[in-house]
Amino acid sequence: MREYIFYFLAFVSIISALMVVFSKNPIHSVLYLVICFFSIAGHYLILNAEFLAVVHVIIYAGAIMVLFLFVIMLLNLNKESEPHKPAIIKFASVISGSLLVLVLVAALLKSENLNLPASTHPSMHSIGMVKDLGKSLFTDYLLPFEISSVLFLSAMVGVVLISKKEA
Amino acid sequence: MMQEIDYLVILLQLMLAVGFVVVVMLLTHLVGPKRKTKLKQENTEAGIKVVGNARLPFNIKYFVVAILFVLFDVEIIFLYPWAVNFKALGTTGFIEMIIFIATLLIGFFYIVKKGGLKWEK
Repeated sequence: MREYIFYFLAFVSIISALMVVFSKNPIHSVLYLVICFFSIAGHYLILNAEFLAVVHVIIYAGAIMVLFLFVIMLLNLNKESEPHKPAIIKFASVISGSLLVLVLVAALLKSENLNLPASTHPSMHSIGMVKDLGKSLFTDYLLPFEISSVLFLSAMVGVVLISKKEA
Repeated sequence: MMQEIDYLVILLQLMLAVGFVVVVMLLTHLVGPKRKTKLKQENTEAGIKVVGNARLPFNIKYFVVAILFVLFDVEIIFLYPWAVNFKALGTTGFIEMIIFIATLLIGFFYIVKKGGLKWEK
C-alpha cells in the first residue's frame, strides 16, 4: 500500500515540477508549484513527519505561494518585453544544471546509510509527530526556539525599513 | 498501523470536499440553460469595454502586508506543538511561550509605530 502511494506521489511531484519549468505562463508555473508542494507534503506524511507536512502545506503552499504570485505581478511580465536569453547563457545553464544533478546522484549513491532511522527503527517511529516534536522542541531545543523569535523580530524590522523610504 | 487509518479519514474528507466541488460544477453545466449567442459569449456583455492590460504593476504595500503575514503565520505554527503539549509542559512551557510571544509583540508594536500597516500616508 505504502509503495503505491509513494509511486503515485513521486509521479505527481516530478510531473508538476517539470510543468513548473516548462509552462510558458508564470502564473501557471506557480500553480503547478502548489501541486508539487502538496505532493511533497504527502511524502512527509509517508515518512511519519506529520508536523513537517502540516507546516509545508500551511507555510509553503499557503503563504509563500502568495508571495510568489505577488512577485510575479510586481514584475510586470508582458509577452513583448520578455527578454530572450543568448545561446551561451543557455549552454552554461545546461552544464551547471547537469553538474548539480551529477553531484546529487553521486552523493546519494556514495552514502552508505540511506535507510533512515525515522522510517525503519521502531523507537524513532513517532519522532515526527506533533506531540513528540513539541516535547523535544520545548525542552531540548529551547534556546534555538527562543532565538528564532529574535530572527522573526529582525525580519519584521527589515521589512519595515526596506518598505519605508524615510526609515 | 493506527496512523494510516487516521490519515485515511483525512483523505476521505479531502475527497469529499473536492468531489462536492467537482460534482456541483459539472451539474451546473449540465442542468443549467444555455443560450450561446455571440452577444452572450462576450466577456463584459453589459458594461465598459476592456481597456489595456490586466498585468499592471501594483502597489508594493500589498507585498509588505503579505511578508508580515508570513512572519506571523510561522509564529502560529510554533503554537501548534506547544498547544498539544500544554498540560505536559506546565508552567515552564507557558513562560517559554510568553517570552517568545513577547519578543514578537515588540516587533508588532514596532511595525504599528512605524506605520508599516498604514495604507494611506
